[in-house]
Amino acid sequence: MSQAARQRLSYDGVVVAAPVTVPYERYSIESAQWWIGRALKGLVESSGIDKRAIDGLVVSSFTLQPDSAVALTQHFGLSPRWLDTIPLGGVSGIAGLRKAARAVQAGDADVVACIAGDTNQVDTFRRTLENFSRFAQDAAYPYGAGGANASFALIAQHYMKRFGATREDFGRIAVSQRANALRNPHALMKAPLTLEQYMKARPISDPIHLFDCVMPCAGAEAFLVMREDIAASLKLPVARIAATIERHNAFPDDVVQIRGGWARDIGELYAMAGMGPDDLDVVLTYDDYPFVVMMQFEDLGFCEKGEGPRFVREHDFTIGGDFPHNTSGGQLSVGQAGAGGGYLGLTEGLRQVLGQAGPTQVAGARAALASGFGMINYERGLSSGAAILTGPSS
Amino acid sequence: MTQPLSPPRKRNPLNRTQAPSQPPAARSRTSHGFTAAAAEGRFALQCCAHCGSFTYPAREICPECLSTELPFVEAPRGGLLVSETTVRVPADVYFRERAPWRIGLVKLDCGPVMVSHLHGDCAEGERVAMSLQLDKSGQAVAFAKPQQETPHMQDDRQWREMTADPKFRRILVTNGRSPVGLAAVEALLKAGARTIHVGVPENWKPFPEEERLRALDGVKLVPLDLGDERSVRDLAADIAGKTDILVNTAEFVRPGGLTDRQGTSFFQMELAETYMGLVHLAQSFGPAMRMRGADGIDSAAAWVNVLSVYALANWQPFGAHAASQAGCLALSHCLRSELRSGGVKVMNVFTGPIDGDWFQTLPPPKVAPRAVADGIVSGLRQGLEEVFVGDVAQDVRRRLAANPKALERELG
Repeated sequence: MSQAARQRLSYDGVVVAAPVTVPYERYSIESAQWWIGRALKGLVESSGIDKRAIDGLVVSSFTLQPDSAVALTQHFGLSPRWLDTIPLGGVSGIAGLRKAARAVQAGDADVVACIAGDTNQVDTFRRTLENFSRFAQDAAYPYGAGGANASFALIAQHYMKRFGATREDFGRIAVSQRANALRNPHALMKAPLTLEQYMKARPISDPIHLFDCVMPCAGAEAFLVMREDIAASLKLPVARIAATIERHNAFPDDVVQIRGGWARDIGELYAMAGMGPDDLDVVLTYDDYPFVVMMQFEDLGFCEKGEGPRFVREHDFTIGGDFPHNTSGGQLSVGQAGAGGGYLGLTEGLRQVLGQAGPTQVAGARAALASGFGMINYERGLSSGAAILTGPSS
Repeated sequence: MTQPLSPPRKRNPLNRTQAPSQPPAARSRTSHGFTAAAAEGRFALQCCAHCGSFTYPAREICPECLSTELPFVEAPRGGLLVSETTVRVPADVYFRERAPWRIGLVKLDCGPVMVSHLHGDCAEGERVAMSLQLDKSGQAVAFAKPQQETPHMQDDRQWREMTADPKFRRILVTNGRSPVGLAAVEALLKAGARTIHVGVPENWKPFPEEERLRALDGVKLVPLDLGDERSVRDLAADIAGKTDILVNTAEFVRPGGLTDRQGTSFFQMELAETYMGLVHLAQSFGPAMRMRGADGIDSAAAWVNVLSVYALANWQPFGAHAASQAGCLALSHCLRSELRSGGVKVMNVFTGPIDGDWFQTLPPPKVAPRAVADGIVSGLRQGLEEVFVGDVAQDVRRRLAANPKALERELG
């Protein structure tokens, strides 16, 4: 594995800048094109870059039909020479970052706008569930029509039994994220959450209860990946990409999912970054459900497999805690803006290492890890990814 | 432990009847391999012809060896329930109305993991027996039951959604004069039917079994001439709204093909009794049954046609009869599609020549009316769409699947 890590190019000469969040709405009458377009405007405004200088675009969205990224070039008046659409849900951000960075490094593009955005109209969520994937349509959705909640319930139920995790453990994650969210003006969830409220919430699909679920909403997230010299000429604050990993369908022989692809690639991530789990100042996991967060604590190397419950009991995940985690409040408290959920950790991580996180800023944050997870094609999440970003002060 | 069903209470006619809804119906074309198996009560999975590994969900390519040869073959039914959940807040109307709904992950002995509906007596960590069932959309779904029989197993709420069990249901058997009709009445009563209306054609003519039928608890004789639109309509006006299962045993068997029959009167009588009979029944009873597909434990559930297996392939000695049956078969497919939105199944029971007057000169094997009746009941209890009763019907079915042209030559 270290051999493979040595063989990978570093991301020298490439930087990440201009984190943009278009404030979320629970329901929107606008289209995905509107949300993505606003994110693009946000990138131009916050970076001061000329729109014509954006020569790369990568887009992720569940609700863009019948458009793909190319339609947006005409819609937005862009003439990029590099274009991609990444339909990877929770891994969209990591995958977009990786692709854009290599394109810039190779000279195929100078400035890439990376954007994920979705609308949420009244019937959007159910339609997305109905048409998610062929395997889901054939072999999962007709069974109770519970969508991701039911599929993850089956995985969570098995995980709890096997590793002794309890609902209280999951509750600690949800409660601390809500505490963080109360500092984030963009979070849709504005009310404090206690462990007691978490425990008493109504069941959705046992053992998943209401506060284990993200709230589907409309919104967009974006950042720029660009040549270092161009960023410097614009005097933009920038972060570097210390390392990334991505993996799909990692452990097909696990009868029920107990780990994501990180477990296979995590050594490479830290080797490439030249740092270890203890060197991180902020960790932003993909939190479609708290138990998936717990799984990531194990698979991202913060503790051993099965030690997740103990790890959660021993740490404080709030902004001022010993393990600042999902400082924006995460999807659980900010909301899940479709594919935007796959960008949320990256934009927050970017703000953290740039010192731009405002009320959710972790003092002195220099290195942030953001992870992504997604695509429950049938009975398990297929895609995983992670990136370590470092700020100017590191 | 499954709670035994309680007899349904009398309905308040002022209450609105709950409109039927359907579970998600979209499937890939390949996935209909499961539909074909479920229709006949088989448990089949794709098995790679090249490397022999079983795979699920339906695929075009073997994930082990990338072969495209993935035929559906009979598969072992055993498995282990490794995880379960109770879905309490489903996203669609059908399951919302039926929540909470239990599903699980089953690790099959032959390899794949199936998301499955669960029988109430299944417990996590225990062994289960799998089947493929047709749900209220008419689409195949996996269903896990405990490996051992449990008390009142058939009454399980989720299982009953998949079946058309006669227990506590009100049934119309269209012809009480025919041996198959008579046997069906007895078998359905034994299976727990609440009431059975038995149609009597040419009501004024006495028949030997009349007294015995009248004496049976729950049986009511009603005049019914299938070929007479008025007669069917009159009966429907009385009972269509309380018919949960309709068993069409229409029968008109006369020998002969096209050129060896004199004149056309038999053709017309055949069509009037069977083809037009089905038309009359469908128009009079179909709409009411379709409306009542979600009407409690004695909802409308199924429509049964007893058909000659030669509806599938013409047998010249009874060629004209076979053609009329083929017409009925085609109508049944139309009816199946029209009743699907009500969650009412259409089950065709194919039989070889029946041991009775009209096939008197044929050598054995012939089918006992009792066997057809048992086929009807077990098909309803399993929720099937296609039942083949007896050796001749099975034989024709297999030969048709193997080589339709060979069957045509051999029957002609």
